[in-house]
Amino acid sequence: MGRKVLLEHAKIEGIRYYDTYRKHGGYTAVEKAFKMAPNDIVEEVKKSGLRGRGGAGFPTGMKWSFLAKPEGVPRYLVCNADESEPGTFKDRYLMEFLPHLLIEGLIVASYALGSNRTYIYIRGEYAWIVDILEQAIDEANANGWLGKNILGSGFDCQIYVQRGAGAYICGEETALIESLEGKRGNPRIKPPFPAVKGLWDCPTVVNNVETLAAVVPILNMGGEEYAKIGIGRSTGTKLISACGNINKPGVYEIDMTISVEEFLYSDEYCGGIANGKKLKACIPGGSSVPILPANLLLKTAKGETRMMTYESLSDGGFATGSMMGSGGFIVLDEDQCVVHHTLTLARFYRHESCGQCSPCREGTGWMEKILKNIEYGKGKTSDIDLLWDIQRKIEGNTICPLGDAAAWPVAAAIRHFRDEFEWHVQNPEESQRRNFGLAHYADPLAVNA
Amino acid sequence: MSVQFSDTKLQEVQKMIARYPEGKQKSALIPILHVAQQEFGGWLSAETMDYVASLLQLDPIEVYEVATFYSMYNLKPVGKYLFEVCQTGPCMLNGSDNIIEYIGQRLNIKAGETSADGLFTLKTVECLGACGYAPMMQLGKHYREHLTKEKVDAIIEECRKNAAANN
Repeated sequence: MGRKVLLEHAKIEGIRYYDTYRKHGGYTAVEKAFKMAPNDIVEEVKKSGLRGRGGAGFPTGMKWSFLAKPEGVPRYLVCNADESEPGTFKDRYLMEFLPHLLIEGLIVASYALGSNRTYIYIRGEYAWIVDILEQAIDEANANGWLGKNILGSGFDCQIYVQRGAGAYICGEETALIESLEGKRGNPRIKPPFPAVKGLWDCPTVVNNVETLAAVVPILNMGGEEYAKIGIGRSTGTKLISACGNINKPGVYEIDMTISVEEFLYSDEYCGGIANGKKLKACIPGGSSVPILPANLLLKTAKGETRMMTYESLSDGGFATGSMMGSGGFIVLDEDQCVVHHTLTLARFYRHESCGQCSPCREGTGWMEKILKNIEYGKGKTSDIDLLWDIQRKIEGNTICPLGDAAAWPVAAAIRHFRDEFEWHVQNPEESQRRNFGLAHYADPLAVNA
Repeated sequence: MSVQFSDTKLQEVQKMIARYPEGKQKSALIPILHVAQQEFGGWLSAETMDYVASLLQLDPIEVYEVATFYSMYNLKPVGKYLFEVCQTGPCMLNGSDNIIEYIGQRLNIKAGETSADGLFTLKTVECLGACGYAPMMQLGKHYREHLTKEKVDAIIEECRKNAAANN
């Protein structure tokens, strides 16, 4: 059994409510925090090695230390609960079942950063979770953990929940800030970074739900203890939301010491491929990160066991590796068509492009159209090269990472499954009746399941 | 339908505005548009948007540009029951294409259309964060997950019953 520091109490009945949460050690991190100087909390988080759990993996303590503190200007903490990356549903689980864990982390972080008004920006579709969070906030207020002069510290803090209205781009921190200001979610040009000029032009930190929840165990056990979990720079635990063609889809907390093979095949986690099928491919970190064929998922190109860590998942770069990303683990069995799957992702990014930068606005539309042609028997061989060319021209040429996020899945699909694209082009009729069975992709290498 | 919030709704709106520092009432626009959409027939007419603009002391264009950006705002009338079915990768891997086709057959509409009786609208949407419980759809405030043809039948039946009971 792996170590659990976030979901340890998730299955306890009533843990969603204050009394039960408190009985199981809840809010001790806040008690501890208010006995510390704010900067010492930032140092503790630095020591923990915690990296942003939303997808980018940037060290949280460092992000906090960048926050500008000009005299007389308010500072803001914003929790990014706009979870929209296909394959990712871990923050939803945290908020639904352990809302107080997030609130507790938010209070500690607000105190550390000096935010008197803290916002949770939640995707609009999670409408029922807004009620759960607001109830938890009310309970925290009623018990003196929020409001004026918390625990006699002289520090005031209030948390508000803001609902979005359906836009993947608002998960990008500057787009989120724009949306929180009541505007279209168009990302801003950086610099200035939010740490200097964010919400209402004030210094702002935007952190993911899971990142803020992790602050609670870090305070409770101490940064150094937390850093002992995991391997190397992948410290602590990570929530992985597993989906696709597996026996046990769901949200799992892993300490970052297990192999991909164990995660995929052991009964403690995914429980293997559904319906006795073989593994064809997997996107290990949310739809934006490169898809890997079975052989490269389980072992790196060097033949080493691939681990569920930031470093190991990206071993080999984009040529033969992928990324931890948001932890959205999408599994494709041998019957799945990579062209069709890539088409759904291309459609997603076309739909979600905010339209500000022309390479992304135009490029995502072209990629979807070309993929549609290939999938529905109207493709040409030259289309595959054209697709490659378009994705290269999007990557790195936009002001926010959505462009890269749209380009990478298409690039990786062609890189690893080019013969499947070619087969579609060469067999326009047959490709619509059946899938291209590439048995060698489906070999579950080194798996004795 | 006259576009005017009830006193209770107006109080709710004032509470939303109070979440932000003074002068930053524009931040309340997105949540208030949700309330307006729910109150005024499930969609945002120009009249509704103008009303929201006046409440927040904004130019109407500031409301239009936001309303047209976010996918949850309906800019055309929709049926009483809006089926928002996810079609992105993880749902597709679990058969969402078949579910969308089946709903279309059952209601005799295509994605984006409303049934002749005005009860149902079928809308395809992109990833709603229920990938592990696919295929799925949003119906009102809640998600309906692990959809099968039988479940779809039951949901349609449930909506028809509710509609009949409310008439």
